[in-house]
Amino acid sequence: MKKTLAILLSVTMLVTLLVGCDDSSERKGEVNVYNWGEYIDMSVLEDFEAETGIHVNYQTYDSNETMYSTLAGGGADYDVIIPSDYMIARLISEDMLEPLNFDNIPNFSDIDPELLNPEYDPENLYTVPYMWGLLGVIYNTTMVDEADTGSWDLLWNEKYAGDILMFGNSRDAIGIALKRLGYSFNTTDAAQIQEASELLVQQKPLVQGYFMDQQFAKLEGGNAAIGTYYYGDYLTMQENNPDLSFYLPVEGVNRYVDAMCIPKGASNKENAEAFINYMCSTAAGQKNCEEIWYSTPLLSVRDALDSEVTNDPFAYPNADVLAKCESYAGLPQDILDLYDSEWTRLLR
Amino acid sequence: MKKNGFFSGAFIALVFLFLYAPIAVLIAFSFNASKSSAVWMGFTTDWYVQLFQDSYIMAALRTTLLVSVLATLIATIVGTAAAIGFHNMGRKARTACLTVNNIPLTNADIITGVSMMLLFVAAFGAFNATLGEVLGFRLRLGFGTLLIAHITFDIPYVILSVMPKLRQLDPNIAEAAQDLGATNFYAFRKVILPEILPGVVNGMLIAFTMSIDDFVISYFTAGSRSNTLSMVVYSMVRRQISPKINALSTIMFVAVLALLIIINLRQTRQEAARRRKRAALRP
Amino acid sequence: MKSKAIGVPYVVWMALFVVAPLVMVVVYAFTTRDGGASIANFAEMGEYLGVFGRSFLLAAVATVICLLIGYPLAYCLARLRPSLRRAANMLIMLPMWMNFLLRTYSWVFLLERNGFLNSLLSAVGLPKLDIIGTPAAVILGMVYNFLPFMVLPIFSVIEKIDPKVIEAAQDLGANNFKVFSRVTLPLSLPGVLSGITMTFIPSVSTFAISQLLGGGKYLLLGDLIEMQFLGAAYNPHLGSAISLVMMVIVLVCMAVMNRFGEGEEEAVVL
Repeated sequence: MKKTLAILLSVTMLVTLLVGCDDSSERKGEVNVYNWGEYIDMSVLEDFEAETGIHVNYQTYDSNETMYSTLAGGGADYDVIIPSDYMIARLISEDMLEPLNFDNIPNFSDIDPELLNPEYDPENLYTVPYMWGLLGVIYNTTMVDEADTGSWDLLWNEKYAGDILMFGNSRDAIGIALKRLGYSFNTTDAAQIQEASELLVQQKPLVQGYFMDQQFAKLEGGNAAIGTYYYGDYLTMQENNPDLSFYLPVEGVNRYVDAMCIPKGASNKENAEAFINYMCSTAAGQKNCEEIWYSTPLLSVRDALDSEVTNDPFAYPNADVLAKCESYAGLPQDILDLYDSEWTRLLR
Repeated sequence: MKKNGFFSGAFIALVFLFLYAPIAVLIAFSFNASKSSAVWMGFTTDWYVQLFQDSYIMAALRTTLLVSVLATLIATIVGTAAAIGFHNMGRKARTACLTVNNIPLTNADIITGVSMMLLFVAAFGAFNATLGEVLGFRLRLGFGTLLIAHITFDIPYVILSVMPKLRQLDPNIAEAAQDLGATNFYAFRKVILPEILPGVVNGMLIAFTMSIDDFVISYFTAGSRSNTLSMVVYSMVRRQISPKINALSTIMFVAVLALLIIINLRQTRQEAARRRKRAALRP
Repeated sequence: MKSKAIGVPYVVWMALFVVAPLVMVVVYAFTTRDGGASIANFAEMGEYLGVFGRSFLLAAVATVICLLIGYPLAYCLARLRPSLRRAANMLIMLPMWMNFLLRTYSWVFLLERNGFLNSLLSAVGLPKLDIIGTPAAVILGMVYNFLPFMVLPIFSVIEKIDPKVIEAAQDLGANNFKVFSRVTLPLSLPGVLSGITMTFIPSVSTFAISQLLGGGKYLLLGDLIEMQFLGAAYNPHLGSAISLVMMVIVLVCMAVMNRFGEGEEEAVVL
């Protein structure tokens, strides 16, 4: 009897193991999407499922660096990811992306030509732009003196100690410090980067914390006076708190593009391309825009949007403003390591 | 003495206020008309309706319940069996087994999660490169690894709550049953199981609670397909919690509260009945 | 039922899913990104001594506070009527049914500069409590989340103390204080030790709490490890090394404590 029981138990465990590993099989009809948090109108996923019959497994990340770690860790199995420009450059250089078959993405023709063949993907083999925008300073007009605004200096202003929210990732935080010092976002001069990170060390006692999306609740609730985030998100925050205002610091700001890509070895590549194509449709594009208020690369969507939106000088800036912007470029490995170590040094 | 009672009552009340204040806030915000978790904009019950239409949250709820129930059941059976096996071992072997068994308990969750992720990634990588090529399929992190991880951290709780009951057991009872002709399994079912049942049930409850509440280990072992509720919450905590999640938590909270009250009342009534019976038997 | 065999499947399971993963951590800790064996990861760890110190300090403070609140609470609860006692026991476990991240997030709302607590304080004319983004808020988060783990083991031990023992002590002329210090306290020690273990370990390794309540300014070991595996600075080798060292320190602490207890492998869980 005890033997039977032992065998029974072993079988239970074996079955568990097998059942456990079995859902790995490449079933047709699903696509694993890995996107930024709150970066889509969730109903678009349902629309996509209804139209194509492909099931969407959806997970989110809060920074390019998190996404990179997840991919590099080897446990991930995503079909579509939506990193930003500089991270795409890194993924391409490390051979972590799959070239796209543009025949499966006819809606690609709707992409603003100005965004084609970008620096991060010069031959446009791997990416389809999803959204773009500008990064600037958000402040609460009831708490901040208008005279103090205008430059990145506001984030170092001791008057607002404890009321400042700093960016919660290395590239943006160090980038902002670099700009304040008058350097390029893309400098590969280690001394300049160290100087910038020293500036962040000085700033640390003034900041309430290092945040990404948590800035929403903080700024909306008036729990902080100053933050630095994306313009599209500012529009969302402003709906909940009309006291908020936005400006582009004079030293220059970042213009970013987030683009859809397929990681190397994705198991559902065709479904992924179908998904990317659907995200480029006018209907999906418009829904997404009206949910997150980022700037769209899709020309047909821009036409369909309210003119109040498309005339917004921060959402669709003119050439003068764009000239003041700088995009993040890919960086060599030793500089990336320096970013990592300086960032942990700041936080530790 | 009365003054003492007042102080201890006030103290208990204060601590419970501390424990339940955040929960009250959560429940309140499930009725907030605004999506923001920072501003109150009036009363609504809309979120309770929308919750059930949200396929993303519902899928996560399904995964959470499925993994918790399966892991708890398997952990209860395996853990009880293992506890009996350990109990029958020699002192040295038992100590060794219990020490290993304690590792997931004394280890930080994050290490348990990370170490399992490393193992799965390495083992699956090796499999996919060799046998997987031949057989034509690949192993990946997913519901299976999530389940294995949950079982692994659930079993120690079961063992730890069954072991003391086994120790209290009179070894002669089982032997007597067998002398009277009971088979091993019959003796287990009729004699041992009833004695250790409170421990088994207790272990099961703890395992289930731990599974439902776990975030860290799931986060590292769930792979790209499966989301548990905790993972959904984590992704929202960084932005803003959807009031739908508050609504779901409120429902779960109320359900568990109701269940516990019912159990509690029944126990109280049973005890009272037993006391009455005893009193009636007394001459 | 003298069978050892039915323990075997779980022994195999433990070998596969408890021991093997730890072996992986050790392997990772002693190798580097390019695959060579080295102790460079441990050398690099010197930079993070501050994080180690902070984590252990904050966790220790949180554990002490939990003990100071938890022991009296368990003591008071154990002296209630049986039906009330059961209800109280239940009410302490109940919060665990709400996701811990949600509950911690609620504290953000309560503690914010314009949060509920501060509105309340300013309404009654008291000064504002500005603790969000400070270590105090992180400690509060730990105490809040792990207090039940302190209360429950102590409670279950005190509850089981035979009232006759206490009566005997009183009959022998011991006053209340003596009864407590010579009878109740020594008898409840196993519960206290197990409570300390169960509060300290999750506190020292927690992540998310410091991100939410400390504003990410006060990196703890859990955050540091998470950063290496899934966060901002990908380096699983360094992450493994940090995990390994943390594990060893914790195990040593526990071994020392168990020597105090001598509780013959009887762990009190909940």
